Amino acid sequence: MALSEPAPRPAQEQIRPTDSGDSAFAAAARAVALRAPLRPAVPVPMPVAPGTAELSGPVFGTADVGPLDHDLTRQHRGEPVGERIVVAGRVTDRRGRPVRGQLVELWQANAAGRYAHPLDRHPAPLDPHFTGAGRCLTDGDGRYRFVTIRPGAYPLGGANDAWRAAHLHFSLFGTAFTQRLVTQMYFPGDPLLPDDIIRNAVSDAAARARLVSALDRALGEPGRSLGYRWDIVLDGPSATWTEGAR
Amino acid sequence: MLLPPTPSQTIGPYYGTALPFPGGGDAAPAGHPAAVTLHGHVRDGEGAPVPDALLEFWQAAPDGSLAGAPGSLHRDGETFTGWARVPTDRDGHYVLRTLLPGGAPYLALCVHARGLDRHLFTRVYVTEPPGDALLAALPADRRATLLARPEAGRRTAYRFDVQLQGDGETVFLDWSAGD
Ligand SMILES: [Fe+3]
Repeated sequence: MALSEPAPRPAQEQIRPTDSGDSAFAAAARAVALRAPLRPAVPVPMPVAPGTAELSGPVFGTADVGPLDHDLTRQHRGEPVGERIVVAGRVTDRRGRPVRGQLVELWQANAAGRYAHPLDRHPAPLDPHFTGAGRCLTDGDGRYRFVTIRPGAYPLGGANDAWRAAHLHFSLFGTAFTQRLVTQMYFPGDPLLPDDIIRNAVSDAAARARLVSALDRALGEPGRSLGYRWDIVLDGPSATWTEGAR
Repeated sequence: MLLPPTPSQTIGPYYGTALPFPGGGDAAPAGHPAAVTLHGHVRDGEGAPVPDALLEFWQAAPDGSLAGAPGSLHRDGETFTGWARVPTDRDGHYVLRTLLPGGAPYLALCVHARGLDRHLFTRVYVTEPPGDALLAALPADRRATLLARPEAGRRTAYRFDVQLQGDGETVFLDWSAGD
């Protein structure tokens, strides 16, 4: 996006500060209205100079991630309530090259739609056996894998009683700082998807569809969990990208 | 042919159980004699503090290296990894302890916050280098938003505020032209 109009933000139109009776909703409305910059981002002149910090990025290793960090069902003494799932896929750049050995982080609500977070006031039960946070490193082929439970839907509040479709929050790193991605994954066939105002903040229908995972029975554990496949493509230039373009 | 990228979505209000980690703002090894403090506030379009922003820094090592090192989430107290992650507190304030970068004198900064559909990239220049193409292309008042200010009377402390919106809005960077 060069020096043009900022992309439309449908979420901004739908969350309005007028619903002030609900403090959580008012806080969300304030954030949407008052945090997005008014000026367009300044395009970085391309090609960038050698030694530009943003074309590289942090590296992670086995010291950073424990062997069970990817399994959100085994972080407590007991098992969490809910439908066990495996979520897995491949992380690549836009040329399909695997993003190897990079950090993938996940956070989510429990099966009842409640986050183990002090700011979540949704009156649904907490699960003493579920924190809802995990991390892993991608393997040599760019693959990641989490074992977790399917999160519940939860209300956003507000006059229209908006609800979030079930979703997983993801954080990803590429080989370059410019490839950083924070996003959300959804489940196929969820009847709440068409009205999810956060997902609908992505204005392009094809792009929205890329946020939805696919049921993949081969990824699950027979008799124990269903598998969902979600592949992730990171955007943005990197040093390897620049080399490949020459 | 290029694959279409996965779109970004807001970080939301509940990342706190997953992303912050102990020592996240301590990029400098413990007790390092060259450690500096970089701190400041994140504010919204009405000047109110943003208490739930997450700031991520990436920078060159003092020798100019951009190779980084594993161990960013598992601070061993010795290794400089080049990466830090620090949430703002209730006053919208963050504190980073780091080493000054060699080579180009800036830290790359990625700002995450609820309400943003996508994180924001900017830079924290600890000195103003002559001939920097990015700074040179900006009007003086906008350029100033990228410059950390050494704190009076403290040789090892710098201040850098992030104004998300409105008067004094920080310059944010668009990297998409490189795609
Ligand atoms: Fe959520």
